[in-house]
Amino acid sequence: MLAARHISKKFSGVTALDDINLELLAGKVTAIIGENGAGKSTLMKILSGVYDDYEGDVIYKGNKVRFKNPREAQNAGIAIIHQELNLIPYLSVTENLFLGRELKNAIGFLDKKTMRLKAETLLQKLKLSVPADTIIADLKVGQQQVVEIAKALLYDAEVIIMDEPTSAISESEVEILYGIITDLRKENKAVVYISHKLNELFKIADNYIVLRDGRTIESGEMKGMTHDGIIHKMVGRDIDIIRNSNAVKERNVLLKVDKLCLGKAGNTQKNILNNICFELYKGEILGIFGLMGAGRTELMEVLLGLHPDLTKATITLDKNIVRFTSAKDAIQAGMALVPEDRKKDGLILGLDIKTNISLSSIDQHASTGLIDHGAELTKAHHYIKALRIKTTSEKQTVKNLSGGNQQKVVIAKCLATKPKVLMLDEPTRGIDINAKNEIYKLISELAASGLGIIMVSSELPEILAISDRILVMAEGCMTGEFEAVNATEDNLLKAAIPKTI
Amino acid sequence: MILSQYRSHLVKFQSLIALVLLCIGIGLLSDKFFTVDNGWNVMRQISVNICISVGMTLVVLTGGIDLSVGSVLAIGGAIAAGLLKFGIEIPSGNLYIGFTLLGSILGGLVIGSLLGLFNGWAITKFKVPPFVATLAMLTIARGFTMLYTKGFPVSNLGDSFAYIGTGWFIGIPVPVWISAIVIVVAIIITQKTALGRYIYAIGGNEHASKLSGINISKVKIIVYGIAGMLAAVGGIIVTSRLDSAQPNAGMSYELDAIAAVVIGGTSLSGGRGTIMGTVLGALIIGVLNNGLVLLNVSPFWQQVVKGGVILLAVIIDKANSKND
Repeated sequence: MLAARHISKKFSGVTALDDINLELLAGKVTAIIGENGAGKSTLMKILSGVYDDYEGDVIYKGNKVRFKNPREAQNAGIAIIHQELNLIPYLSVTENLFLGRELKNAIGFLDKKTMRLKAETLLQKLKLSVPADTIIADLKVGQQQVVEIAKALLYDAEVIIMDEPTSAISESEVEILYGIITDLRKENKAVVYISHKLNELFKIADNYIVLRDGRTIESGEMKGMTHDGIIHKMVGRDIDIIRNSNAVKERNVLLKVDKLCLGKAGNTQKNILNNICFELYKGEILGIFGLMGAGRTELMEVLLGLHPDLTKATITLDKNIVRFTSAKDAIQAGMALVPEDRKKDGLILGLDIKTNISLSSIDQHASTGLIDHGAELTKAHHYIKALRIKTTSEKQTVKNLSGGNQQKVVIAKCLATKPKVLMLDEPTRGIDINAKNEIYKLISELAASGLGIIMVSSELPEILAISDRILVMAEGCMTGEFEAVNATEDNLLKAAIPKTI
Repeated sequence: MILSQYRSHLVKFQSLIALVLLCIGIGLLSDKFFTVDNGWNVMRQISVNICISVGMTLVVLTGGIDLSVGSVLAIGGAIAAGLLKFGIEIPSGNLYIGFTLLGSILGGLVIGSLLGLFNGWAITKFKVPPFVATLAMLTIARGFTMLYTKGFPVSNLGDSFAYIGTGWFIGIPVPVWISAIVIVVAIIITQKTALGRYIYAIGGNEHASKLSGINISKVKIIVYGIAGMLAAVGGIIVTSRLDSAQPNAGMSYELDAIAAVVIGGTSLSGGRGTIMGTVLGALIIGVLNNGLVLLNVSPFWQQVVKGGVILLAVIIDKANSKND
């Protein structure tokens, strides 16, 4: 029904997809499997018209097509259901279904009656037993997802792409989803199913395609495949980064986290983080691996003193029991975080390098109340040189720096607070390979200088290459601990993939 | 290259250039404009707006807005006048507290600051949007002013109080001195203190600022407090100039202040702007008002022209930031 031939896509020089081939058949469910960053979402964005500048061809029902925008793809019959649902919370089910394609009567007013009738028929077919004029916000997430599917069916979609459809719904809702998918299959629709949860894929998929590093590794029928076989195909690449050799010799505990739990706001039953215990040694690089949604970022946030009301934990830093009630507290105690999304959480994009570097530590230069601009400048120059930030001047606005250099500015900001523990959340996301290697080198140097480093990453080669020790998280729990010498891509990934559905 | 440098200088000084052109234009049309008297006149007139709009600039830089400044101005002036004239009488305890000139001024400033701090508290503690919180304060402070004055002006405050609004010191009107001090202090705060740094950082990216260890609530509360205090400063100048605290003083002054901030190039979404820009903005509005009066333009047209200038200023600013 839909085929992709030799698709390649680059983002500002970085290859995201390389010669991808894919075939979606009518009446079949195709699973797309791959690690974070393997190119799954980029591929789906091309198929659904989000990107129109790519090499290669998309062939739909025998014709070459190139969708300029999602709307064109939708009209042609390709619908995508994103992980984050795209519904307007305070409009009704009917209004959402017909959003942008409202039916009108002869004099141009909304034809509410017909719309409601159509909506009700659809809901009935999908076995969603709510009135069509229910407000979306009153529905459960699983029900909202069914509404999204209904939207796709309303467009007469022939190809339905589901991105991590079970990430936010309960088990019983998953069963309903399976029922719907089975029906779609019977109606000869082509369904694409993207999920990290391999067990689900075995249940529901007919075919599979494994992507790795933007390339198609293998495709075939799901029947006969094993869990381990697929994991092996997902990983198993050569590591081209030099393995970290300066492992810690003496193990002095710097940070000890005991029984850390993070509750969910407004929900006392389910914890986001459950009973996390670990130690970090001086001069160590501790890698934390996990798939998206495993709770890694939340763990970093808790250790920076965010969510103090929802946190329960005993944290010992440098032999003192500490309790952080704000990021300010945590930073003063010696914690520092390089956040996952540097543009959103790490930098003030409109301000210059110097100001960003001294943001967390300006108090050091303002003991008299007035800022000592000379000392601030000296510090900025020091870090620009030490971290090899490429810029013409410390007055350069950080917005205009490359990703790698922006990341270095965030690291400089953290180092300027003289931290004991430096936490890095996905430190090399979205930066090119040379800059990545520079960041790795920097992390090793910092560890060698005695800092304790926690590095969260979902890139296996990266975490294997530079960590001294690796913790694995899945669904808010610690599911594995490996010394660098014992860690392999296979056993890390096995520990990271949730066993439950 | 040279052209773009030339361009960027032009952008930097666009408000100044606009002001100069405006002065030349009015000067050509009216021979009363370029006189020493008229110069001091304009400066004296804008001194109140400068006090308010400097405070407004700090608030807007954090990404907020303060609609209550006009009402806070009124209550600040009324309290200062009331304390000076009547003091505090507590009939049940047969207690009377009199206030000196300085004491009554301080009283007005303290009340202004407290109301501002309250704005900041409501905004940070209960996450009330600044627009709503200060809109509520606009009404509340006006109501308290009416309650305190019982709806009547407090007049005949004496020569020493009148000196603040009408006197001269070393050849310069006292209100101009006051606004100059306010400007200088505000420039020091924004350029030379950690607080100033945090104000820009919060307006630029509040979440990143929080993760960088900045106490967002504290900074915002202080900034709204400063805005309240500066509004009270304006109130005392107005009261002194009229020798009377009017219960409906300062009505819609917040709009002139916001206009000065916007014309001065401060982004309403926060993080970008300068005190000097706002001062130029206030000057442009002041000169425009003065010029239109000198040219005998009808007051109705004056409003139309002023609105047009605000719109034009923002359109030019947007066009420039797009080229950035």
